[in-house]
Amino acid sequence: MKNAKFSEDHEWVKVDGDIATIGITNHAQEQLGDVVFVELPEVGGTIAKGEDAGVIESVKAASELVAPVSGEVVETNGSLEDEPGSVNENPETTAWFIKVKLSDASELDGLMDYDAYQAFIA
Amino acid sequence: MSDLLKTPLYDLHVENGGRMVGFAGYDMPVQYKTGIVSEHIHTREKAGLFDVSHMGQAFLIGPDHETVAAALEKLVPADILNLGKGQQRYTQLINEDGGIIDDLMVTRQQDDEGTLYLVVNAGCKQGDYDWIRKHLPHGIHLEEHSDHALIALQGPAAVDVIAKHCPQAVDMAFMDGIASQFKLGDEDIEIHISRSGYTGEDGYEISVANDKVRAVADALLANDDVILIGLGARDSLRLEAGLCLYGHDIDMETSPIEAGLLWSIGKRRRQEGGFIGQERILREIAEKPSRRRVGIKPLGRAPARDGTEIQNLEGEKIGEITSGGFGPSVGGPVAMGYVQAAFASPETKVQLIVRGKALEAEISRMPFVPHNFKR
Repeated sequence: MKNAKFSEDHEWVKVDGDIATIGITNHAQEQLGDVVFVELPEVGGTIAKGEDAGVIESVKAASELVAPVSGEVVETNGSLEDEPGSVNENPETTAWFIKVKLSDASELDGLMDYDAYQAFIA
Repeated sequence: MSDLLKTPLYDLHVENGGRMVGFAGYDMPVQYKTGIVSEHIHTREKAGLFDVSHMGQAFLIGPDHETVAAALEKLVPADILNLGKGQQRYTQLINEDGGIIDDLMVTRQQDDEGTLYLVVNAGCKQGDYDWIRKHLPHGIHLEEHSDHALIALQGPAAVDVIAKHCPQAVDMAFMDGIASQFKLGDEDIEIHISRSGYTGEDGYEISVANDKVRAVADALLANDDVILIGLGARDSLRLEAGLCLYGHDIDMETSPIEAGLLWSIGKRRRQEGGFIGQERILREIAEKPSRRRVGIKPLGRAPARDGTEIQNLEGEKIGEITSGGFGPSVGGPVAMGYVQAAFASPETKVQLIVRGKALEAEISRMPFVPHNFKR
């Protein structure tokens, strides 16, 4: 996670070329508690930074996946819909949410690096 | 957060990693380290210990049972007069319009003739006490029992755990409530124990002095089968059990008949009335209410929460969800709410409007998980 970028809404973003993979941080899953439902955006659609890009529901409450960057959704992790609990187990690896083709790579500059995020949640 | 009240078990919650939240004016644990789902499942399979000390405990005291029962019967529709010694009953305080001020447990004390033990909801207790006092006749008074904590031990293993400390409790039946002792080493701690709870499981509720509750809780937690359970699992357990949460499933506007609580109204009371708010309640018994509380099973995976609109298949609003979430034992979403009477039959197909989308659901029988009471 050292190379990832982080949003104030507790999403992580890992960039490979112009493709960003987005998930929620371990801190976020701890705060949410047991995740019981995940709703993902349509592949081929677009997401816009700061807007809802999906739904994460724990036993207690529903919350939104807030898009940390903008772009076209090129892939979603459908396994989360069948096994939402994997978000609690592997939030920063296999339980990623969506991959987007970045429409504005400069948005990444507005995100925190690893150390800044650790300070943010401390 | 500093103005939140603490129960006598506050330190126990914090020491065990309780995630503390404000609830009804108290700083309470919503969950501990392992989380709501595992706490929920543990309670259904073994036993869970709940701190419910935020709830209100009080005694209604008068010269004899008949006089005290008659006074309370003015305020609740249950048959209190014929409550046996050492028996507990569920009922509701009813307002002038037939709505529910609060729901509560009433126990006729085994020895103390003329004393009823009341347990009311935390968020309602001051209003309840004011309401009761305002309507009490001369010679009967309400005494708050605020120097006592209340804990619940719930689940199939509860009986074996309690047997080590209070053998008398083993043979109690569901809704028995007695004064007894909790044996701890050489000490006999005075308790009031009832075989009841709010999870749908067998179990006990134990009232004990504030300065003794930690010792009792520690003794119960020393059993491998017992873990602490927070408010989150308490909510999912009671929802699966089809039990009402005051302020959500019942409130000042809902009547006990709409809420499906007719079973808690004694036959004699249905015939004789004699309680505040009886006009609406007796009318709804005779004519059936226009809306009813029902179980709702979303057919997909998405939970539908409190406030979700319920529509018929034509897209017309027929009601609203009042409690909804994920049922860990059911393994999927469960909910309850009110619908127009014409749509209240089990298996009626409805749709729930969640984030602007219509989700398939059907009216369900409750409880969602069979009750496991010791009858």
